[in-house]
Amino acid sequence: MLAIASRVWEALARRIDTMLFVCAIAIVGVGIVTLFSASDQSIPRITGQLASFGFAIALMWLFANIPPQTLARAAVPLYVVGVLMLVGVAMFGVVVNGSRRWLNFGFARFQPSELMKIALPMMLAWYFQKFEGRIGWKDFVLAAVLIVVPVYLIKRQPDLGTSLLIAASGFYVLYLAGLSWKIMVGLAAVGAAAGPFVWQHLHDYQRERILTFLDPARDPLGAGYHSSQASIALGSGGVVGKGWLNGTQTHLDFLPERHTDFIFAVFGEEFGLIGNTLLLILYLLLIARGMMITANASTLFSRLLAGAITLMFFTYAFVNMGMVSGLLPVVGVPLPLVSYGGTAMVSLFIGLGVLMSVQAHRKLVAT
Amino acid sequence: MARRLLFTRRNGYGSGGLGSGGASGAERDRFRFRRRLAIAGVLALAAFAGLFARFFYLQVVQHDHYQTLAETNRIAIVPIVPNRGVVTDRNGVVMAQSFSGYTLEIMPAKVKSLDATIDALADVVEVTPRDRKRFRKLLEESKNFESLPIRTRLTDEEVARFAVQRFRFPGVEIKARLFRQYPFGELASHLVGYIGRINDKDVERIADWDEAANYKGSDYIGKVGIELSYERELHGTTGWEEVEVDANGRAVRTLSRTPPVSGSNLTLSIDIELQKTAEAAFGDRRGGLVAIDPRNGDVLAFVSKPGFDPNLFVDGIDPANWQELNESPDKPLLNRPLRGAYPPGSTIKPFLALSALHSGKRTPTQTIFDPGFFQIPGQAHRFRDDKPGGHGSVDMYKSIVVSCDTYYYMLANETDIDDTARFLGNLGFGRKTGIDIEGELTGVLPSREWKRQRFAGKNYRDEHRKWYLGDSISAGIGQGYNAFTPIQLAHAIATVANDGVAFTPHLVKSVQNVKTSEVREIARDSAVNLQLRPEFLAVIKNALVGVNKEGTSAAAFRNAGYVSGGKTGTAQVFSLKGEKYTEHKVDERLRDHAWFIAYAPADKPTIALAVLVENGGFGAQAAAPIARRVIDRHLLGDKAAGAAPVVQERPGDDESD
Repeated sequence: MLAIASRVWEALARRIDTMLFVCAIAIVGVGIVTLFSASDQSIPRITGQLASFGFAIALMWLFANIPPQTLARAAVPLYVVGVLMLVGVAMFGVVVNGSRRWLNFGFARFQPSELMKIALPMMLAWYFQKFEGRIGWKDFVLAAVLIVVPVYLIKRQPDLGTSLLIAASGFYVLYLAGLSWKIMVGLAAVGAAAGPFVWQHLHDYQRERILTFLDPARDPLGAGYHSSQASIALGSGGVVGKGWLNGTQTHLDFLPERHTDFIFAVFGEEFGLIGNTLLLILYLLLIARGMMITANASTLFSRLLAGAITLMFFTYAFVNMGMVSGLLPVVGVPLPLVSYGGTAMVSLFIGLGVLMSVQAHRKLVAT
Repeated sequence: MARRLLFTRRNGYGSGGLGSGGASGAERDRFRFRRRLAIAGVLALAAFAGLFARFFYLQVVQHDHYQTLAETNRIAIVPIVPNRGVVTDRNGVVMAQSFSGYTLEIMPAKVKSLDATIDALADVVEVTPRDRKRFRKLLEESKNFESLPIRTRLTDEEVARFAVQRFRFPGVEIKARLFRQYPFGELASHLVGYIGRINDKDVERIADWDEAANYKGSDYIGKVGIELSYERELHGTTGWEEVEVDANGRAVRTLSRTPPVSGSNLTLSIDIELQKTAEAAFGDRRGGLVAIDPRNGDVLAFVSKPGFDPNLFVDGIDPANWQELNESPDKPLLNRPLRGAYPPGSTIKPFLALSALHSGKRTPTQTIFDPGFFQIPGQAHRFRDDKPGGHGSVDMYKSIVVSCDTYYYMLANETDIDDTARFLGNLGFGRKTGIDIEGELTGVLPSREWKRQRFAGKNYRDEHRKWYLGDSISAGIGQGYNAFTPIQLAHAIATVANDGVAFTPHLVKSVQNVKTSEVREIARDSAVNLQLRPEFLAVIKNALVGVNKEGTSAAAFRNAGYVSGGKTGTAQVFSLKGEKYTEHKVDERLRDHAWFIAYAPADKPTIALAVLVENGGFGAQAAAPIARRVIDRHLLGDKAAGAAPVVQERPGDDESD
């Protein structure tokens, strides 16, 4: 009986990377504890988040069991479907809050940009693997086109934050594939020069956000208010924090968006610098493990994909915490594995599943 | 492609060894890759170090500064709830409105002993046991930091009395709130619906609309009916006030103010006077009625009996009232026109006749002989006609006017059920009509495919899934699997009355933006022409007029000042297995449901309706007189009220149903 149980366990755990998994669970735990406080102890929110978590774990397990070469085969169709759906959104998407981001399938609504987050790095990784060993500057130009198409479509929705994040995920693949430093420096210079031009093409609310970042007092009711109240929450938390469920900023309603994008302010207020440091360490461990997996991956495809996923994880964590602590402008990026919301949780765990698959399948191919 | 992948992999890692020629390029690539990864890692570490430095700066270096800011965080942003839109009937009579009043609210988190506080409050203002029960219920459903009303609608005197004693009650406050009022109470309750306190499910709905900010400070949201389906028009835009608060969170001074924008007003297509007439005509009976203007889809009356008082729900219904409404066998909370699916009985016959004309299965003049029953060739079972001796020779006109079952048994015997389903489906049977309130049922329009899916479960065998000729025969007179909602029947008869041009029925005529006074008409362009042949429609309409003139409902329409078309129907509740149905022998709840569909005036119809009386017995007796009163009111106005004859006796035996 026990033998059967351990057999089953072995089969289930075979492809699961312990360190990644433990880090992820610990971060989700932090998230649940904070959510309980941030949602004013709402049980439905907690059960909702736990349900997404359960579903996400199942998908992680599934992806951990799909060999990277199978994923490589799915890369092109996934990318094509993603782009077609983005075109679909532009043509008959559901308008929510002035932005056209959703596709309505009757039974469920779906945000295709979420699919692109994984489909674009997969596509690029597949492309570079296909032409491995003879990659020239033309390939980088083509890769740039592959990046620009979805990024442009998402920027038009308009969803500047997501389009920049997806551009970043594409850029990470190019960088890891060996994009020349000269070109990167050159691009950065062009970017800086094009600043005023881009400014002209931003939407009013996007400009407003940037101006507000530079001067929070400009807009005490909107983003600036969010930003300064979040700083007060973190700062007043001090070294040890005000204690769980005792954050005054949180519970006297000063803190906006406190169970989604600004949940980190709740955490920082109630658990202080000690808590924040602990969370930083958890993220670092997770990212370090991701990088180890990336370094040891056997094929170019899995290297590039694993690298991009790991760096995206870092980017989300950094951008969100930077935004809450006032280092970066307010953009709608949730704190990975902590913020309330099922979609982000699911796609992050799929990413972790892919990393686990890369790790588990490395020997099979290398020998 | 798979071969190439394999080859690349081998080339990269198969041969191993640093010195070997082919692999050295790959090794170099791998080294470069790892170097790039390491650079990224170092940058990530640096970024996190930057974050740590920022946290250190905020939480250690600037801690005192922010600590003070948090303690003196005196600027609170207070939402100002917008006025909810007014709902009026088509002539401007108010059916739902908001007025402001005072509530006494307790913030449970700030009160030491709730019972002691409520007891002490009871000395100052009146607190009934019902108020206490309601408060307990709200408390169970609420979140921690919410303020909850113990009393609503305080009088000015009570407000003054509490204001004097206010210092005794920390955590208790008087608040100005907007109340929703439904002046007609039970009348039209199922279509107007009601608002209620926002619960967790509503919160998710609001988040779905991306409207969370706009509902800050809103306690109420539409739950049922128009209040639900037009919630986003009615709610309005929340305003904000920046106020300075004291240490207890009480506002001291207003710093700035962004006024709210009131919700849009709705004008319904309902005529409240017609609605009154219709509901009065039902008396104590249960049932539903939908009257539609066939020319444009305006719903003129929408009755579901019994109703309920929507005012009970606004402040959270107390448990006793809730139990009574929820457990009553009369099901007052069931929206019958929308969610009650009943077999259509004989009201389906004109539509089947229309189908037969279009498919060529029957011509208007073709006659059959009715001996009083029908047998499937080779089977012993007799499908009986209501009239024991039969109707003799019957053509299409007579088949509708006397509602001859045998005619339709024979027609069903010769017609494929899927063809029938297709035709009836186009008329809207078994489909949602798309009326603008939520919860509409599809009903059942039986077909082979439907039966296969209905009995697809493991508990059923293939013989359950198979379509039998007997199924077609029962369906042929509107019994069997058929089940349609009153709104579907009203929609279908309206479509026929309007010569095959179908409009989506709607309850709201127009939406008026209060701020810009801009009036938006609800889409009127959704008409669909079903391409029915005018000469066939003329045959059916002529027969329907015959029904009210000399047929099953002639008694109900005696001396009407107009020409109208109609059809009676009876939906079996209880199968008597071939015995003759005798009304008084059957328990009231098992009696048949009475149907009546009608339209008038016959030449240019301005009203089409469907009436259903639950357990009303024969359609001609129970449902047709209600239709008569509604049509009288609509076409003749006030003077006709009460002029309709009351039909007491059963129609003669030759007029079966």
